[in-house]
Amino acid sequence: MNSNIHTFERLKELCAERNMRIYEIAQEYMSVSNDIPIKEVREFTLKSLNAMKDAIKCGLASNEPSYSGMCGNDCGKVQIAFDLHPPMFGGLFANIIKYALATSEENVRMGRIVACPTAGSCGILPSVIVAVSEYKNYSEEEQINALITGGEIGRVISQKLSLAGAVAGCQAECGVASAMAAAAVCQLRGGTVPQVISAVALALKNILGLTCDPVAGLVEVPCVKRNPFLAVHAITACELALANVKSVIPPDEVVDAMAQIGSLMSPMLKESSQAGLATTKTGLKIKKKLFKN
Amino acid sequence: MSNPSLFDIISPIMIGPSSSHTAGAVRLGLLARNIFGETPQEVTFKLYNSYASTGKGHGTDKGLLAGILGLKVDDIRIRHIFDSKLSQSLKYNFEFIQDFSRHPNAVDMYLKGSHEMFISGDSVGAGEIVITRINSFNVSLTGEYNTLILVYRDKPGMISAVTSMFQSKKLNIASLDCDRNARGKEASMVICVDGDLDDGVVNSIREMKDVYFVTYVRKLEK
Ligand code: SF4
Repeated sequence: MNSNIHTFERLKELCAERNMRIYEIAQEYMSVSNDIPIKEVREFTLKSLNAMKDAIKCGLASNEPSYSGMCGNDCGKVQIAFDLHPPMFGGLFANIIKYALATSEENVRMGRIVACPTAGSCGILPSVIVAVSEYKNYSEEEQINALITGGEIGRVISQKLSLAGAVAGCQAECGVASAMAAAAVCQLRGGTVPQVISAVALALKNILGLTCDPVAGLVEVPCVKRNPFLAVHAITACELALANVKSVIPPDEVVDAMAQIGSLMSPMLKESSQAGLATTKTGLKIKKKLFKN
Repeated sequence: MSNPSLFDIISPIMIGPSSSHTAGAVRLGLLARNIFGETPQEVTFKLYNSYASTGKGHGTDKGLLAGILGLKVDDIRIRHIFDSKLSQSLKYNFEFIQDFSRHPNAVDMYLKGSHEMFISGDSVGAGEIVITRINSFNVSLTGEYNTLILVYRDKPGMISAVTSMFQSKKLNIASLDCDRNARGKEASMVICVDGDLDDGVVNSIREMKDVYFVTYVRKLEK
């Protein structure tokens, strides 16, 4: 039995040695370390997957604003606009954007979501898994494989840095969610293990340094709209990886860089709302208005 | 969460929008309810610092109240808890305070029912919480273990008398913490156990001489 895996290099080696996929290694480890059958690991994953789908459904049907009133009806706007003028990139692209917005708006209006890896970044992984699976007719089993793959990627990254905006900025929340999503889609599309891990490196590398400076300290601006952006970002990483484009900097070194950047980032830009978007003229005006009530 | 597992990454299923400010608040309320041992009739919540400034926007107030009422982090009723029938059964009140000697996400809860209790806690990130104070005693309770809390008269032999009860039932103690107000006065013991205590053990400890108060707090679901 393999001990806990801390690096992508080790994960890749193990997959090659044992001729297994990432999800197979991950579910086996979870099963052994928790002393539960693999079936139970998959059931747990299915529960999360179904909750993700429910959140998308609820989000698509609601226009209710968040408590602050800053967010809540962008998904509605997008649905109307896309019906009238289908986006250039077609239906799959439209759905990814809709699902990501639906989920993260559901989050800010206190709906039920899956924090994967965090609540602020909850729309990224579900939107790509669900939209791509609908488009390509991937089975529920394949979707579970994809979610476990994405989860394992997040787990390996979290060995080196905490997935929290307050600790490492939004690169560690939405950035990591995007890397997890890239890996999940790459798994769905039948990419090789090196391609899946390559997708992770490509996605992460492109999002290094992303700050966390939410307006009025609420998980709303920029968080909600960041979800559809980083969902599409994940697809770009996956397509590049499937074409055998590789990150010049290996994945583990990219994670090291992310951890280093996270600790060098000013605390003012790590969820404390003391700089950046939060202290713009408009950001401060919104905060003042909210705190009067 | 130093070493998250696969499950930690792809869960929890929760009511948004924030792990620390919403899910964490629900769990603080839930654990306080477990410690109190019943649904209170009256609660005052004092929210500190970030809990005070961004609490309304994150539904921290709703989360705390929902937890006190026994709702779990994924219960859809949390969103409308103030309008729900559930919350009509008790009186509640919120105060918002800035005091930087406290944790950024701290809350004090004053609970009244068949008895009264003061409970403080912090939301320490990713939905994880710590109860830091019960009445006048410092504690450290995370909801990870089934836990026995007792208040007793500080005197020699109490700790071994209590732990020997566990031994006789072959129960493993994961941790044991004590605190006291002054020598010979009231003291508190917080015992985390692997597995589950039966009512028999709890009752026999309750009946021991010089034990003033005993409560058995079940761990929180992940
Ligand atoms: S900006 Fe900050 S609060 Fe918002 S999603 Fe990113 S890390 Fe979370």
